[in-house]
Amino acid sequence: MTQQSPMQLAEISSVSLAFLGSGGAGVISTGELLLEAACKNGWYGLLTRSVGPQIRGGEAAAMLRLATQPVDCHADRFDLLVAVDWLNAQRFALEMPLGPRTIALCDPESGAVPEFVRAAGVRVIELPLKAMTAANPEWRPNMIALGAALRVLGLPEDAARAAIENRFGDKGAAVIVASLAAVKGGADAVESGVLPARLPAPAASGTARWRISGNQAVGLGAVRGGVRFAAAYPITPATEILEWLALNLAKVGGALVQAEDELASINMIIGGSYAGAPSITATSGPGLSLMVEGIGLATAAEVPIVVVDVMRGGPSTGIPTKSEQSDLNIALYGMHGDAPHIVVAPQSVSDCVFTAQWATYLAEAMQIPVLLLSDQFMGQAHAAIDRPADVAFVGQRRIARDIAGTYRRYSLNGPNVTAMALPGTPGGQYTADGLSHSERGTPSSAASDHRAQLDKRANKVHEFDFGDHWATLHGSGEIAVLTWGSVTGAVLEGIALARTDGIDVRVIAPRLLLPAQPERMAAALGGVRELIVIEQSHGAQFYRYLRAHYHLPRNVRVVNSAGPLPLRPGDIYRELTAERAA
Amino acid sequence: MSAEPKPAYKASDFKSDIAPIWCPGCGDYHVLLSITRALAQLGKPPEQVAIVSGIGCSSRIPAYTNCYGFHGVHGRALPIATGLKVIRPDQTVIVTTGDGDGYSIGGNHFLHACRRNLDLTMIVMDNHIYGMTKGQPSPTTEPDLDTALTPGGTGLRPFNPLVIALASGANFVARAFAGNIGQTTSIIVDAVTHPGFSFVEILSPCVTFRPDQRSWKTQVHPAPVDATDDPARAARRIMTDDGFNLGVLYRGNRQPYTPKFGGSGCDLSELEREFEL
Repeated sequence: MTQQSPMQLAEISSVSLAFLGSGGAGVISTGELLLEAACKNGWYGLLTRSVGPQIRGGEAAAMLRLATQPVDCHADRFDLLVAVDWLNAQRFALEMPLGPRTIALCDPESGAVPEFVRAAGVRVIELPLKAMTAANPEWRPNMIALGAALRVLGLPEDAARAAIENRFGDKGAAVIVASLAAVKGGADAVESGVLPARLPAPAASGTARWRISGNQAVGLGAVRGGVRFAAAYPITPATEILEWLALNLAKVGGALVQAEDELASINMIIGGSYAGAPSITATSGPGLSLMVEGIGLATAAEVPIVVVDVMRGGPSTGIPTKSEQSDLNIALYGMHGDAPHIVVAPQSVSDCVFTAQWATYLAEAMQIPVLLLSDQFMGQAHAAIDRPADVAFVGQRRIARDIAGTYRRYSLNGPNVTAMALPGTPGGQYTADGLSHSERGTPSSAASDHRAQLDKRANKVHEFDFGDHWATLHGSGEIAVLTWGSVTGAVLEGIALARTDGIDVRVIAPRLLLPAQPERMAAALGGVRELIVIEQSHGAQFYRYLRAHYHLPRNVRVVNSAGPLPLRPGDIYRELTAERAA
Repeated sequence: MSAEPKPAYKASDFKSDIAPIWCPGCGDYHVLLSITRALAQLGKPPEQVAIVSGIGCSSRIPAYTNCYGFHGVHGRALPIATGLKVIRPDQTVIVTTGDGDGYSIGGNHFLHACRRNLDLTMIVMDNHIYGMTKGQPSPTTEPDLDTALTPGGTGLRPFNPLVIALASGANFVARAFAGNIGQTTSIIVDAVTHPGFSFVEILSPCVTFRPDQRSWKTQVHPAPVDATDDPARAARRIMTDDGFNLGVLYRGNRQPYTPKFGGSGCDLSELEREFEL
């Protein structure tokens, strides 16, 4: 939702920069302050972070892209690096594409410029942080760096005043005064006009704008969809969803309980939902692995739940702090038995609001588990977005009230989504069961009951109309790109670049991954001669999913790069132009 | 402490029409009877009671009652009961489980449910064996029990679930014997009535895989002293008794856990404020 079309993206104008430093140097919060400052002054932006595995003290980078319109991916090249120090910076070599138009602000006293920076021909400009903090002990190096960045970008140093006052308000006036002085000092230490890239003045925007992370957006969307109970076990990079829900569920009459492990959190939300509350949990790959048995139980007992997986590098502990699209297989096929369920995936920070709300609606409407696949890239990204539109998807569960006669929880007469009695309702007593069961819920190993209930659970999904939200579709060319999740942002921008070369490329990005939508996909692929599948998984999981569920054109090329490096518009553009050259 | 018997309900009002799958002579029949009698005494209608279980012989109980029930997956009864109770604190929630389901695969939840101290009752039918899978040792099995899975015995010391419950923060700890239906019924009434997490271990013989447990009826005896509210004293008693002491052994006074539900008056648009630029 609210995704920009390739036509709009062709107009994009942005500047990219990164703050680097050792953990504790404050580069992530510097990035957040700059994003807030720029966005309060009318620009849009995207901020992602890259950190090492250390809790404190490892290498860290805040990567920002500031633009005149919403952006869902990073650009192909950084225009500006601001290094508070160079600790382990070489580890970012692959994550930070640089070029001769890049400039780096750094202190020669903070060590040698890393090889990847020198090799790219970056222009290095001195920022004497050590000397400045020696002369002004109350100045923090990251605030000096912020000021320098503001000056180089052409923003007045005062632009950060509100953001600084907001952030350091509870630390007292002295901290604010020192921070503002350091920002001014940093700005005065560099010259404006050194940066080849230009950030144009922001266009006046008529719409309300938000600054939000993908993880916060998932929490908000779920609450909008009706979620009122969450069970939580912390895991990187999903914890922020749970922390947001802890604070905000309490404001709307809901609650969050911390569980002892993921086995508990999945079963707690099954219990909470059985009791009547639309329920959610959020985790990442290792947690999802532990939850899979519980998700199968929710399928069998027909208890609606939403399970969010913010994907990170896998398998096993993998790279907890970095992104990958490699949990698709477990989300689609992880359950034992034939276990119909829904899998959805948002495509941007903004889309996290819609997709989480829709997921809650779908779970409640079909009394089924819904898995939402986000990822670390968009989950932990902070973005300035236009306020997502209000949509009408609010969970409405069929509830059994005023029960007369024998209550059949899993009745085979009538709709496949059957009315659910909530505890306390007289005459509605039944036992929800993971065992195969009869219409009444009574355990049964009879083949007839087993088959009838498998049919019921499959049919309620097949007969549901998922509507136009199943996918994002743009264009009508004979070349099509099929992609999903957060990669969609880079794909759309890459296609916009190709358009300027006169290459018309269609894009199909399913938001609904399970159940597959063969008729809709066939219509979307109509007339396509060449298909390029683009995903962030070493095993080409998305391509194999497409092959399993859809008829694809004969000419298919797969671009599957493992995480954690994000795909960039230029990567997509090169694939599209290579396709034409071939 | 037992509630006065309320004539409004009979035990049969809490029984379903489904015939149990248990072996003839299984102690769990007596436990089912004690639970339904206790519920009749407690006097709440069946729809205001929820019984939650995992997997195993004892976990079959929910469907044999006329209450709301949840027969979940192996070991996870306590988390399901936790979610249910948090959302519906008005419901009486009872977990029925066994020594495999409750102490082995569900052991972590056992610790944390005791610690969390929600107003739940956990009834464990302990027969020192996995019955449904036909005779493997559980955490309470004696070290020398020869089984197909552990020829010659496990060589492992059984653990003492009552001490673990106490150490983990359970607010009520009792031991009962399935064959003593009157006492078991009154202990269950007491456990449900007592605030917070109540733990009731019921020695429930498995006549098929542990025929030696037929002698339990001659080994059990009432606890010689009344329940204490001093956990240290209770722990000492439990750790030094012969394992057949029946009765309420610990009655604590910890405040039960009640999750913080906020007001319901907040307009959803208020949640957006923090994001506005």
